[in-house]
Amino acid sequence: MFFSTALKKYNLQTNGPNAVFLILVMLSFCFAIAMLFMLLASIFYDGFLRLSWQFLTQFPSRNPQMAGILSSWVGSLYLMILTGIIAVPLGVGAAIYFEKYAKKNWFNHLMEINIGTLAGVPSIIYGLLGLALFVRIMSLDRSLIAGAFTLALLILPIIIISSREAIRNVPSFMQDGALALGATRSQVIKTIIIPLSFPGILTGVILSLSRAIGETAPLIAIGALTYIAFLPESILSPFTALPIQIFNWISRPQILFHHNAAAGIIVLISITLLLNMSAIFLRDRFDRKNSK
Amino acid sequence: MIVKIVNKGHYTLWRLRRSHMNALRCVHALTILGNKNRYYMEKHIFEIKNLNIYYHDFQAVKNVSVAIPSYVITAIIGPSGCGKSSFLRSMNRMNDLIPNAKLTGEILFHGVNIYDPLISEVNLRRRVGMVFQKPNPFPFSIFANVAYGLKIQNIKDKAMIAERVEESLKRAFLWDEVKDRLKKPALELSGGQQQRLCIARALAVYPDTLLLDEPCSSLDPLATAKIEELLQKLKKEVNIIIVTHNLQQAKRISEYVGFFNSGELVDFGPTKEIFERSAQSMVGRYIQGIFG
Repeated sequence: MFFSTALKKYNLQTNGPNAVFLILVMLSFCFAIAMLFMLLASIFYDGFLRLSWQFLTQFPSRNPQMAGILSSWVGSLYLMILTGIIAVPLGVGAAIYFEKYAKKNWFNHLMEINIGTLAGVPSIIYGLLGLALFVRIMSLDRSLIAGAFTLALLILPIIIISSREAIRNVPSFMQDGALALGATRSQVIKTIIIPLSFPGILTGVILSLSRAIGETAPLIAIGALTYIAFLPESILSPFTALPIQIFNWISRPQILFHHNAAAGIIVLISITLLLNMSAIFLRDRFDRKNSK
Repeated sequence: MIVKIVNKGHYTLWRLRRSHMNALRCVHALTILGNKNRYYMEKHIFEIKNLNIYYHDFQAVKNVSVAIPSYVITAIIGPSGCGKSSFLRSMNRMNDLIPNAKLTGEILFHGVNIYDPLISEVNLRRRVGMVFQKPNPFPFSIFANVAYGLKIQNIKDKAMIAERVEESLKRAFLWDEVKDRLKKPALELSGGQQQRLCIARALAVYPDTLLLDEPCSSLDPLATAKIEELLQKLKKEVNIIIVTHNLQQAKRISEYVGFFNSGELVDFGPTKEIFERSAQSMVGRYIQGIFG
C-alpha cells in the first residue's frame, strides 16, 4: 500500500525494474531509521526516569540511585572549551595557509593528502599519540589539558578541511575588489575572507566539536579517571567526561547503573543535537545576512 | 601634506600617507598648482613601453607602446580575448595576482615605472582604482563599503570617514538614492546602483586614475546612461580608462580610443579620428561591424 502510493506520487511505473529499485532503497532507508528509533527507544525506556535535576548536580557514587553526572558533564564542557581554543586557531590558520599562501608544489600536495588521511585515522591512535606525547613526554599527566590537546589533534584535520572549503567558497571577485582598493594580502584575509567564510568555518568547528564530545577511546587511552568526586580546579587537574562515565556505568553488573548510563546517553545525545542544531541555525543566519 | 586643487574647491585636501610611493609623491607635488582652468603638469598619465604579457606560453599582449593622456576618458575596444582586459589590469598590477602571468616592458605612471621592485603594488592600487565588470560590493552595509578603502589605510577619524563617504557617494551620483539607508546591506541595491557604489568605493581613497573593465556590460540601458553621465562628470577630477565592448559607448563618452586585436594595439588616437577611419583599415571594419 505504502509503496504503491509512493510509486504513484513519483509517477513511476508500478512494475518492472523501477519499482524494484524504489522498493530496495526504501527498505534500506526504513531499516536505518528503524534501527535508530529502536536504539533511542530503548535508551529512553531505560534512562528517562533517571533524568532529574539531581542526576545533573550530583557526583558519581557507589549507590546507583545517588550517582550523578556533575563531574563528567562539567569535565566534558571544560574539555570542549579547551579543545576549541586549541584546535580552532590552529585549524583555521592552517586552512588559510593552504588556501592563500601555499605554493602548488609536491610537498604541499602531499600534506593535503596527508590531512585528508588523518581525518580518517581511528581515534584510538590519537589516544595513543596523546598518551605518549602529552601525558608522558610533556608530563602533563592525566590532566584536562592533555585530554584537550589529544581531542584537538583528533578534530584538527576536520577543521582544516571544512575551513578550507569555506575559504575557497569566498568569491574571488570580492577579494579582487578589496585588492583593487589597495588592501594588502593580510588585510584581505582579515577583512574579507574570514568574515565571509565565518559561517562555514563555524559550522565545521561545531560539527567537529560535537564529534569530539562523544569520543571515548582517546580519553580512555590517555587514562582519564572514571571516578571523580570533585570539579576540575585548573587545566592541570584530573578529569572525567560524559562518555567515560557512561562507559564505566555500562561495564558494571548492576542493572541500576545501566539505567544511569542510559540517562547519561540521553544527556550526551541532547548536547550533540543541540550543537548540530546551533551549527545549522548559525549557518542559516549568516547565509541570510550575507545574501542580503 | 599635498594639496590637489581640482575644479570644484571641495575635493581639495589630500593627505598622502607616509608610506606612499616617494617617487610618485615628488611628481604629485608638482601637480598641486591649479586654478579655475585645470593645470596639467603632465600630458600623459601612463606611458607604456614595449609591454608584453604572457600567461604560460600564451601571449595576451604583444609589444604595446602607447601614451595615455591625462584627464580625458580613454576607451579600449576590440574583440573578445584580444588582450584589452589584461592590458587594463596590468596598469594597477592586478595581473600580478594571476598565477603564471609574466610581464615584460615598462609601464610609467606619472613617469615612474610601476613594475620597479621598489614600488609597492598596494600603494599603486590606492592611486589607480579599478571597477570590475560585475558589480562586486562587499556584503557589508553601504557605508562600510565606501569606508572600506579608508579603513584599510588605518584611518580611524570617524568624522572624516563619514564626510568622505558622503562626498564619495555624491560624486558617484548615489547619495540621494541611499542617504536614508546607509546602514542597509549593499547587496539590496539594484545592479546599476551597486556599480555606482563600487565607483564611490574606489573614489573614496582619492585615486588619481580609475580603470573600468566593461563596467556596464551587466547593466540595463538606463543604468548604463547614468554611469556614462557620471563618467563624463568624473573625468574632470580623475583620469578614466575604460574597457568596453560597446562601440557606441566608446564613441559617446571617450576622447581617445585604443583598438586592440589579438594582443596588438592596432590603433590609438582621438575618438573622432578613429571612428572616421575608412572601411579599408581593420579598425574601420571592426567599427562598422564587418568583423568582430
